[in-house]
Amino acid sequence: MSWFRKEKRGPKVQPKKVIPDNIWIKCEACGETLYKKEVEANLNVCTRCSFHYGLTPDQYAALLLDSGSFLEHDSVMSSVDTLSFVDRKKYSERLDQMVKKTGRNEAVVAASGKIDKIDVQLSVMDFSFIGGSMGSVVGEKIARSIRRSLDGHQPLIIISRSGGARMMEGIFSLMQMAKTSAYLGRMREENIPYFSIMTHPTTGGVTASFSMLGDINIAEPGALIGFAGPRVIKQTIRQDLPDGFQRAEFLLEHGMLDMVVPRRQMRYTLIRLLHFMLD
Amino acid sequence: MGGVYLDFEQPIRKVIERIEEMRRIADTEGLDVHDEIEKLETKLAKVRDDVYRKITPYQRVQLARHPNRPFALDYINSVFEDFIELHGDRQFRDDPAIVGGWALFGGKPVMVIGQQKGRDTKEKIYRNFGMAHPEGYRKAMRLMKMAEQYGRAIVTLIDTQGAYPGIEAEERGQAEAIARNLREMAMLRVPLVAIVIGEGGSGGALALGVGNRVLMMENAIYSVISPEGCASILWRDAEEKEKAARALKIDAAHLMKFGIIDEIIDEPNGGAHMDFAGTAANMSKVLDKHLSQLRRLSEEDLVTQRVEKFSHMGEFEE
Repeated sequence: MSWFRKEKRGPKVQPKKVIPDNIWIKCEACGETLYKKEVEANLNVCTRCSFHYGLTPDQYAALLLDSGSFLEHDSVMSSVDTLSFVDRKKYSERLDQMVKKTGRNEAVVAASGKIDKIDVQLSVMDFSFIGGSMGSVVGEKIARSIRRSLDGHQPLIIISRSGGARMMEGIFSLMQMAKTSAYLGRMREENIPYFSIMTHPTTGGVTASFSMLGDINIAEPGALIGFAGPRVIKQTIRQDLPDGFQRAEFLLEHGMLDMVVPRRQMRYTLIRLLHFMLD
Repeated sequence: MGGVYLDFEQPIRKVIERIEEMRRIADTEGLDVHDEIEKLETKLAKVRDDVYRKITPYQRVQLARHPNRPFALDYINSVFEDFIELHGDRQFRDDPAIVGGWALFGGKPVMVIGQQKGRDTKEKIYRNFGMAHPEGYRKAMRLMKMAEQYGRAIVTLIDTQGAYPGIEAEERGQAEAIARNLREMAMLRVPLVAIVIGEGGSGGALALGVGNRVLMMENAIYSVISPEGCASILWRDAEEKEKAARALKIDAAHLMKFGIIDEIIDEPNGGAHMDFAGTAANMSKVLDKHLSQLRRLSEEDLVTQRVEKFSHMGEFEE
């Protein structure tokens, strides 16, 4: 719901920050000047403070899946402007611009693939597409990903990165929370592992539906994860928020996550978990 | 219903006060003002019609939040009988923003659960303005599971601006509590009817809303975000709430057209706050119809119908 709220105190890094196109970059988390190629070689993780910048869905899929196993589903599915929603811009125009800018039809990529030769269903959210917000297409693609898991009895992995529900689709976006969660209810009737990986930032209706429902909940270090955004909370309670509030480590401490895993160890961690949980 | 009148209700207030004045005169002076009152009653009906025919989307939001509107406990004590309230999530505390317990509906036991707002300042604070913490949603789930265990239908009454956005709420897992409710509600093996009675505010409302049937009072709203919140994000100005309310299409008629809700429960002329008894009677009738239909389904069919219902929600091209 709060996908482009300006955060004054929350993360010092703009989540959609793409590391600029020059040789040196300045880490917005620690301020260090870094050699761009080094950061990229380090999976977009700051070489000094280990802040995890975003990865594109392709990059994340490449990181996790066995090479050559990626097969995308539902890539042509695209949003419609059912409400004829106009704010300062028409939603239909916003969508067109996003498709041109990102080269994608929507804010999630759903795929089949293999991890250590095990067939899995993987969905990766794309923050660059309207803040990774969940409208009908995101909800439907996630739901179908879960259904493929059920049909093929394959483990499910969802990598979240989202500001929450997409306001411009009104009530339809809210209902995607129920849709995806209902399918996850079906998952629990079977013994199929679901790994939810939360990356910076994961908030709103995405956190409050499929993201928090993993058999195993994992987050990347430093990721902002919450229901309400820090600004809304600050406005409501009129107090400063404690240091580290709503960060991955804070959620781990409060029992909401199984583990915080650096990106570099994500694939290996999943392989280990899969072998514990599968026959 | 005395008390608060909204700006656009002022023409109604004038007539109502005139009628009250007449009655007072009649009582004290012993005059027969029957004809005058009858004329005024006719006028009142006309004024109400005029006001409500021209109601704007944001005025509908104001009606949904009307301080005189019946709240969950008002319905629980009129539509239902013999309510026995049950407390606590067994983990942290009892959240007064959500009430629930056994009650009879049409002579049959049901579990009724609702978000409860406060009428006066003290009660508003006690109820946290109807905004639940995670333990509220966990209490609701505990009661729903109990209903399932004993094979009783569940009725939820939705009326919240949203789940509470606070430090402790986040610490205790607001997102997890809502998410779990969505998943577990979908799988309940008993009939579940959700009724939006006032404000259906976002995930905090949906966390009681995964029903086999979703019904809405005529002047209720149901939205992914409040008009104020939407305006402050998309227009960068909360004062554009009128535009946001219009754009979001959050009234019962639109949601019916979109297939999000199953039926609109009529409110008496002037709105639910003008006539609690009439409103309760309307709700009873509609609720009875849907519960009777659902009681004919098997446990498995109830789950399937619910999961399918929500799986069809969404509009896209491919």
